[in-house]
Amino acid sequence: MLAFLLRRILIAIPTVVIISIMVFGLQHLLPGDPLLVLAGEERDPAVLEALREKYRLNDPIPVQYLAWVGNALQGDLGVSLRTNQPVTELMAQKLPVTIQLALMSMVFALVIGIPAGILSAVKKGTATDYVANVVALSGLSIPNFWLGIMLILLVSVKWQLLPASGYVPPSEDLWQSIRTMLMPSFVLGTALAATLMRHTRSSMIGVLSADYVRTARAKGLAERVVILKHALRNALTPIVTLTALLFGELVAGAVLTEQIFTIPGFGKLVVDAVFNRDYAVVQGIVLVTAVGFIVMNLFADAMYFVLNPRLRGS
Amino acid sequence: MTRTATQAPASNDPVLEARAENRVWKKFRSHKSAMLGGALVVFFILIALAAPLLPIPDPAATDWSAVRKAPSWAHWMGTDEIGRDVMSRLIWGAQASLAAGVVSVGIAVLFGVPLGILAGYFGGWTDAVISRCTEALLAVPFLILAIALAAFLGPSLTNAMIAIGISATPIFVRLTRGQVLSIRQENYIESALAVGLPTPKILSRYVLPNVLPPILVQSTLTIATAIIAEASLSFLGLGQQPPAPSWGSMLNTAKNFLNQAPWMAMWPGVSIFFVVLGFNLLGDGLRDALDPRDH
Repeated sequence: MLAFLLRRILIAIPTVVIISIMVFGLQHLLPGDPLLVLAGEERDPAVLEALREKYRLNDPIPVQYLAWVGNALQGDLGVSLRTNQPVTELMAQKLPVTIQLALMSMVFALVIGIPAGILSAVKKGTATDYVANVVALSGLSIPNFWLGIMLILLVSVKWQLLPASGYVPPSEDLWQSIRTMLMPSFVLGTALAATLMRHTRSSMIGVLSADYVRTARAKGLAERVVILKHALRNALTPIVTLTALLFGELVAGAVLTEQIFTIPGFGKLVVDAVFNRDYAVVQGIVLVTAVGFIVMNLFADAMYFVLNPRLRGS
Repeated sequence: MTRTATQAPASNDPVLEARAENRVWKKFRSHKSAMLGGALVVFFILIALAAPLLPIPDPAATDWSAVRKAPSWAHWMGTDEIGRDVMSRLIWGAQASLAAGVVSVGIAVLFGVPLGILAGYFGGWTDAVISRCTEALLAVPFLILAIALAAFLGPSLTNAMIAIGISATPIFVRLTRGQVLSIRQENYIESALAVGLPTPKILSRYVLPNVLPPILVQSTLTIATAIIAEASLSFLGLGQQPPAPSWGSMLNTAKNFLNQAPWMAMWPGVSIFFVVLGFNLLGDGLRDALDPRDH
């Protein structure tokens, strides 16, 4: 297992290098002198000269890239033009907000997606299965920012049940924090639930026709035991992997959800950065999410081993 | 030559081809949800094409005497914050959405499929380089990459299409590569090699036609994703720029008038939902119809 994981890590290294080249290259898509982009409104010649020195803008591009990567490896992704804060610090500030949103969304996704998938697999071909599939496909087709707007309209404007926007840190007021996060995480969670449901369904259908499930039934075990103990356990292995891979969807979904509900997280940070032409922040976020995705991938690989005893020996 | 040709599943024999087409079409037709999806897609395409011919107000014409009016006989879907007809903007907005979906997926196919064929057919270093680049692109969440590209390229509908197209390219590289890897093991490729057919001919005559069905399915499904992505970018202000109508930017404005004019937020979302659902249903149906395993 260790050898396998080590190999995966080795393959991931060139991928990360390419990602860093891509992210570095982004600033060269901009028209004009990258220095003026890095400097923002700043036009003081001394400051410009210092920046030129720091990012080695007089050197050839490969040298610039190495300087940039060297800084990045030390946690220096540049400085936000707007707040003058280091990009890493800014991201670290916003991250807990998005993590809370992500975790609560994941709860919705798992609680809705997995039972729906099991139900639809067990009742394959019936009206229940059909309805579950239609609902899941609709879930995939609804733009989640629109769902958010409609929920605000209904729950906040019409019924005045939940706040329409804002964020309260859980350390301040846990109950209020959950209340404000409820709608956004539902919106984001249902989008993931649809994907999760479709995968649980197909995984369960595969497992339900396996020999050991037939044996379990033949032994006269209750259907509930057969499905939950024998079938589900095996069907869940690919689902755990998939859950780790939903990371990308989660981050992308968070961008829109945070925008609609004005939640000051990672996603709102990137959108604000785009509008403020705060390019270092945009680059930092692309780099961090991409590397985060690679790490989640490795984690999914590791989980696959842990959950599948047959692979452990090899 | 004719021998190798008849061995290939994508044969040049008109009778066999017609039969295969019939089978696929028959299967597709019996697939109710796929037909529904197809109908939805055709409906939106017709609306988008007919926009200039329909008796509707100019989508950019403002009317200060009819600001944020609820749906009425004069304005079936109401008016927006500067008195423009919502239905007219919706119909014209269909053009932006469909164009974005089709063009961005076109870009992704145009770059992704050849790269995938190269990687899958030649293997070795070519494959290693292409695959690592694909993985790097895939690691950035689709929308984040599109946002970053749109940000650096500058906000416009064209740049949004390019950004979405580039973000979707790795999907096609990966799919095509996988298909080619399995086709490469087939007997008909070996025969073609044995008779000394030059590589470009093998690629265009035997490899390409056989990777096309799954690419068609993936394209249909990716158009659905691309339409949502364009709406998302326009919603964030990174796609279609005002005053040109687009469903995403309509929702962006509507969000500020939820209290006073909820109808503004209703229809663009419903339209996105149905057109995306249409492409999703169509894609699922095509996958079943083109699946050679169960006929």
